[in-house]
Amino acid sequence: MNILSLLVLIPLLTIAGILFLKDTRKTRLVSAIGMGIQLIVAAVLVFMYLSERKAGNMDEMLFVRSFEWFGSLNIYYTVGVDGISVAMIALTAIVVIAGIFASWQVDNLTREFFISLILLSSGVFGFFISLDLFTMFLFYEVAVIPMYLLIGIWGSGPKEYSAMKLTLMLMGGSALLLVGILGIYINSAPGGGELSFNILEISKIQIPIEAQRLFFPLTFVGFGVLGALFPFHTWSPDGHASAPTAVSMLHAGVLMKLGGYGAFRVAMFLMPEAADEMAWIFIILTSISVVYGAFGAIVQKDLKYINAYSSVSHCGLVLFAILMMNKTAMTGAILQMISHGLMTALFFALIGMIYGRTHTRLIHEMGGLMKVIPFLGVVYVIAGLASLGLPGLSGFVAEMTIFFGAFEHTDPFHRIATLVAVSSIVITAVYILRVVGTLLLGPIKNDHFNHLQDATWFERISTITLVVAVAAIGVAPYWLSTMIGDSMLPIVNKLLTANPF
Amino acid sequence: MTTDFGYTILIPLIPLLMFLLLGLAGNQLKARLSGLLGTIGLGIVFVLSYYTAYKYFFATEKIAGAFSKISAFDMVWLRFSESLHINMGILLDPISVMMLVVISTVSFMVHIYSLGYMKGEVGFERFYAFLSLFSFSMLGLVLANNIFQMYIFWELVGVSSFLLIGFYYQRPTAVLASKKAFIVTRFADLGFLIGILLLSFNTGTFDFNILCDPQGAAIATGSGAAFLGLSVMTWSLIFVFMGGAGKSAMFPLHIWLPDAMEGPTPVSALIHAATMVVAGVYLVARLFPVYIISAPDALVVVAYIGAFSSIFAAVIACTQTDIKRVLAYSTMSQIGLMMVGLGVSGYGGHDGLGYMASMFHLFTHAMFKALLFLGAGAIIHAVHSNHMTEMGGLRKYLPITHITFLIACLTIAGIPPFSAFFSKDEILVAAWHHDKFIFAVEYIVAGLTAFYMFRLYFNIFWGKETHYHHKPHEAPAVMTIPLIFLAFLSVFSGFIPFSKLVTTDGIPFEGHIDWSLALPSVFIGLVGIIIAMVMYKKETSLPDKMAATFKHGYKWAFNKFYVDELYMFVTKRIIFAYISTPVAWFDRHVVDGTMNGISWLTNAFSFRIREFQSGQLQKYGFVFITGALLLTFLMVYLWT
Repeated sequence: MNILSLLVLIPLLTIAGILFLKDTRKTRLVSAIGMGIQLIVAAVLVFMYLSERKAGNMDEMLFVRSFEWFGSLNIYYTVGVDGISVAMIALTAIVVIAGIFASWQVDNLTREFFISLILLSSGVFGFFISLDLFTMFLFYEVAVIPMYLLIGIWGSGPKEYSAMKLTLMLMGGSALLLVGILGIYINSAPGGGELSFNILEISKIQIPIEAQRLFFPLTFVGFGVLGALFPFHTWSPDGHASAPTAVSMLHAGVLMKLGGYGAFRVAMFLMPEAADEMAWIFIILTSISVVYGAFGAIVQKDLKYINAYSSVSHCGLVLFAILMMNKTAMTGAILQMISHGLMTALFFALIGMIYGRTHTRLIHEMGGLMKVIPFLGVVYVIAGLASLGLPGLSGFVAEMTIFFGAFEHTDPFHRIATLVAVSSIVITAVYILRVVGTLLLGPIKNDHFNHLQDATWFERISTITLVVAVAAIGVAPYWLSTMIGDSMLPIVNKLLTANPF
Repeated sequence: MTTDFGYTILIPLIPLLMFLLLGLAGNQLKARLSGLLGTIGLGIVFVLSYYTAYKYFFATEKIAGAFSKISAFDMVWLRFSESLHINMGILLDPISVMMLVVISTVSFMVHIYSLGYMKGEVGFERFYAFLSLFSFSMLGLVLANNIFQMYIFWELVGVSSFLLIGFYYQRPTAVLASKKAFIVTRFADLGFLIGILLLSFNTGTFDFNILCDPQGAAIATGSGAAFLGLSVMTWSLIFVFMGGAGKSAMFPLHIWLPDAMEGPTPVSALIHAATMVVAGVYLVARLFPVYIISAPDALVVVAYIGAFSSIFAAVIACTQTDIKRVLAYSTMSQIGLMMVGLGVSGYGGHDGLGYMASMFHLFTHAMFKALLFLGAGAIIHAVHSNHMTEMGGLRKYLPITHITFLIACLTIAGIPPFSAFFSKDEILVAAWHHDKFIFAVEYIVAGLTAFYMFRLYFNIFWGKETHYHHKPHEAPAVMTIPLIFLAFLSVFSGFIPFSKLVTTDGIPFEGHIDWSLALPSVFIGLVGIIIAMVMYKKETSLPDKMAATFKHGYKWAFNKFYVDELYMFVTKRIIFAYISTPVAWFDRHVVDGTMNGISWLTNAFSFRIREFQSGQLQKYGFVFITGALLLTFLMVYLWT
């Protein structure tokens, strides 16, 4: 059995296991065990990957397996990973297990909740291991659709509206994406011969530039919707505000990363010439979204809205870095995805836990919580510091790699765009400190808060897992950055053929 | 070489371990024990630092008559590209070794002092954890062997300062002050970061050894293209200085420092007087060869910002009544003086007098200013107030504090043979030879300094005795011993032959006192003291009369020239009201509105066309037949 297929299989087996259970306690136990095994498998995968590389295997993708699936259309189930996908898989496994523990107290339709959640995660894992565009798209849809149920059923506030909005906008993105992928497929053999969905094979040929000009923007925007590309990000504040805790965690932590990952693995990698031509448009859009999201976050009143806007800003930085098309910046983009994934999951977990206690998410109704729930308070401060890019935590490493990568361009356009993006570090500090100051510090605003309980054991597991990951990357970024950077080489070389700047 | 100093890695590591220990397990430990642990940790650092200083200055061979730069530790931390990578390392050279002594001394004293001062406070172990974090970051900052490592620790220092200013986190003013400090310095750090970006892409390296080599390629190739008449190198160094100005509270980025006095007083002594706030000076000194050789214009900026800040702060200090705020402005003024020292310095041998003097003053200032703050802490501890109007006649009650405070005041006023006389005098000499205008400014500052310090002194220890709720009593020994030790250093550190130890190129030179400049500066110091004595030693109506005469000037100075109000206007009005709120509105109503509009249109459209799916056979039949007829008609028509 291929280890990669195991990553899709374990969630499915866990779901099967849950189906046989009636009792909620066992449901969450089985979920936790299943996803715990998944985390171990992911760790083994990282280890296997590194030892394989160390042994001198320089293939672009490792552990490649391919099965014919739909022969007449050349659709294959092809899997394989490089350092980038391995890193994303590890991120997903961590966020999923943290998400399971954060939803320990879901008591309404528990089984269905965990089934949807795990189904979603299996889609995400499948997406990251796929090398076949069609299979990738399939997994993408598997990841997106359960979201509708999760928000619509277990959400809060105007949940039907939010669920509908989120799903429709993402489906709109999928529609563009599908056209883009089919366009790539049809043009995958410009010299005649067998058409292909295989990313590696397509990357070896050059798609005609006319086709690229048409299909690059479709694919990029299609993925960009999920990656919160301005102005297609508006599903995010509403969606997150209504989603239950674990769903927000998974969505912002992992699902939004599918957008960034796809944008560079499919759109940029396969259509570099058009990417090079059109990058400026998207660079403008993304540098806008970096500062725009941050400014938007300053005046929000709801914790989840603040975090949603902050995600727009941070994910904008991901796409911004991808468009810089050099090794440093793109490595930074992947690091930023991982870093943002971890810390935003942490934020949403904490927001859920705080909301569960205070029954409000409006910051001005809270105050002085540090005194009563010191554990959650301290973790919130750590998450905030990671978000504003404090050295020693993951955000700093990612942001600096991006800024230095982007600054490798010497022309004024790229440099000015970079300076605009860099200025976000100050704005981020403003909104993070505003939240921390209002929410946690100062005198206690409401007498009811005096009786709040600090974190339970499962909440501690959930948050500590994420904090450890954030700190580990921040303190020792070298191996991760190297693992990603080495895998970035073939991609950058392909991009360089388009623009040897 | 390297192996000899390998143990120096322990100097930053011990406080880091203490931080982790106290931070993670502090609430399980007894408060007293965690305080002691932190103090012992710093005690070891203190010993190691002095040992390192001894070994470096006196037991290590010089290369070509100059103190060598020793790399005691080096490893790659993160790689951006083949050539550009961030290292974590330890660089020992005269200024970093000197800073080790400064930091470990003050930090150790503050650790001891806080055992008494913070006794019984909630969060005692948290306080010691943060102190350890700060010590770790500050030591990492001065030992950094590349500019990016320095930036990393620079940020960590900033966050420790944030945590310590906001130590009393339930007090809204403390929360606001910590937020302000962080955001203002963060803004300055943005400049620092941009400076590093420009500098590193211009020279291709972060490494101080390559960057600061006066014969090196980095400095030579650095000055290239021009923008607004200044070279890229000049711009990058001005940006780097912006970071330094933020941390060192130079005008106009100084507004956080007075508010930072909300933190516990030992913190003010350590961070906001002796160590962190001089990081900006250290930064410029660290990059001094680059400044002087490839960007002398940037050095002019340093000198003028420093000079302006020093007189600006000195004027404000004369009007404040909160003793910690007086000291805060005094710090700002003295740091300005250090910046002037660097700004007027040349390179090599006796030309580098200003540089040497600036480092010298940094050293002496750290000692006497820490002493002043700790003394202020003892006073506040005794009378439970920060305001000098609520004090008076304390010399009877606090004899040790009184004497040590007086020593510190005489030192800062530049009275020989106290230490600052020597260091300040040499800055004035360097200024005299370089720029007469700056000299004149600093000369006035010297007078003002003596005046406001003795205004403080006489108000607290002499003057009319206020009615105290309970009799003020001298601080416990654990607090007075650090005072005595620092007073000792304030008196005698002036005799350290700095020109033999810390110079621009590492080669010692012969320093001597220029009495033709020293005497007038002593004179103006005495004038300041005498004026203060006349006005404040006995209660008179003179101060009020003076304030009334210079009503407008006094009001402006008392309100700190309304710089805070200006900042509030910019942030609240412009950023919040005119940027953020519109952005949020735009996002909700225009961008999101468009999306909702699309869905509304789709909805409305389907509402219209749903008639077609009504389920009524008659209608379907009607449409079918009409359509068929229409098609037939069209086909026939088109065919013919």
